[in-house]
Amino acid sequence: MLEIILISSIKVVVVVVAVLTGCAYSTWLERKVLGHLQHRMGPTYAGPFGLLQPIADGLKLIFKEDLVPNNVEKVTFAIAPLISFVPSLLTFAVIPFGMDTELFGHQIKMVISDLNIGILFVFAVTSLGTYGIVLAGWSSGSKYSLLGGLRASAQMISYEVSYGLSIIGVILIANTLSMRELVEMQGTDSIWFFKDWFVWKQPFGFLLYLTCAVAETNRAPFDLPEADSELVAGYHTEYSSMRFSMFFISEYANMLAVSAVGATLFFGGWQGPWLPSILWFVLKVFLFMFFYIWLRATFPRLRYDQLMSFGWKVLFPLALLNTLVTAGFMMWN
Amino acid sequence: MRDVIRAVGNVFLKLPVGLATTLKYFFKKPITLDYPKKKKPMAPRYRGRHFLERYDDGSERCVCCGLCAAACPADAIYMEPEETDKGERKAKIYEINLLRCIYCGFCEEACPEEAIFLGQDYEFSAGDRNDFLWSKEQMLVKHPRKENPLKKMYRKVRKVYGVTDKI
Repeated sequence: MLEIILISSIKVVVVVVAVLTGCAYSTWLERKVLGHLQHRMGPTYAGPFGLLQPIADGLKLIFKEDLVPNNVEKVTFAIAPLISFVPSLLTFAVIPFGMDTELFGHQIKMVISDLNIGILFVFAVTSLGTYGIVLAGWSSGSKYSLLGGLRASAQMISYEVSYGLSIIGVILIANTLSMRELVEMQGTDSIWFFKDWFVWKQPFGFLLYLTCAVAETNRAPFDLPEADSELVAGYHTEYSSMRFSMFFISEYANMLAVSAVGATLFFGGWQGPWLPSILWFVLKVFLFMFFYIWLRATFPRLRYDQLMSFGWKVLFPLALLNTLVTAGFMMWN
Repeated sequence: MRDVIRAVGNVFLKLPVGLATTLKYFFKKPITLDYPKKKKPMAPRYRGRHFLERYDDGSERCVCCGLCAAACPADAIYMEPEETDKGERKAKIYEINLLRCIYCGFCEEACPEEAIFLGQDYEFSAGDRNDFLWSKEQMLVKHPRKENPLKKMYRKVRKVYGVTDKI
């Protein structure tokens, strides 16, 4: 019993540290890649290739003054960053990040908790993060924050539907909700290691997932809740210091989570030849991250009504159609 | 229905074009110059901060005739003469106020001794206005001028073998 508790807590600590480091270096990756996509250089000063920049940024944010404006709802204002921060980390509890290994005579599963309803858990938890954003926008007592929060709630509700529908195709094919089993179904021994990935069976499902994931994580071109050019900084306009950085970390953790889920569902998770399984997983996640940054560098932000009509009139019918076709196909076979 | 068809068409036909455009720039070298570390070479006739030349033996070329000060439209040059031990005329004080100077290069043209030149140096900054008054010592070029390192080594080798004549 004690062993199980010990192993689990070590895994939790390792995963949390890895995710937070991943978030920090995602900001570096974003600035560097965005820079190069725009013919600039990105950070170059702190350390070689600006690699120490996240540490410098973190230190700066810690030592900043924590301003609380006069007309905020004090309690809600204080807990809103936590509400969006915690669920973004919780997602990683069910994501398998490597092959089962034996260490010091113990069989160790490379996943914190192998839930049999893993994907449902992920989707339940990611929608919780919205409350943090909405509460932050409402409690800040600023019109920009309020608009950001309202937009976040409307956007999240609209895209949550298609987001959930986009993965039903995969679940129908795999006939399981467990992340571990999903990954194991996508592995082969042949040299064509990618031939059993679900992306080949569900290409439309994958595209839908990708689009909805961008909207779910409030990333450009769907970054309406933040919308720098219209709403200053959207829901976190009034936040400073560590509270602001909590929103920031949770945004990047959400991106990582969505990338990890995408890699697990459509690209075979940690499955891959030659390299260690954890490395394959990290590689796939960061390919997703690169794609997000690439999108941000390429497309302008949608107008609000465009966003809504796109969500309900285009994505939702397509997701339904994808589900219908997949279900029909499964029935025939 | 029309919206759906248009959106799907855009995803497969138009969005990849935009993505390809940005990705093309990702693999190009950024045009940013990493400025304080690397500098752009200036045009050969660029007029930057002044320097005062010397003769090959190290004595100053400037004889403090005052023609540059007379030619200066901004009245930026101030000088006082003195006499050397050999009885030659030279500058005791030679100051250029870099805040007044307009870098026109008239001083360079007026100089009969080919002593003053405008160089390539363009980075002036100081914490105090007085630091912009550049003195003669600051503007005179270093006496043994920066030498070709190969030549320097060659001379060292010759010295070791007891050959002392000048090159």
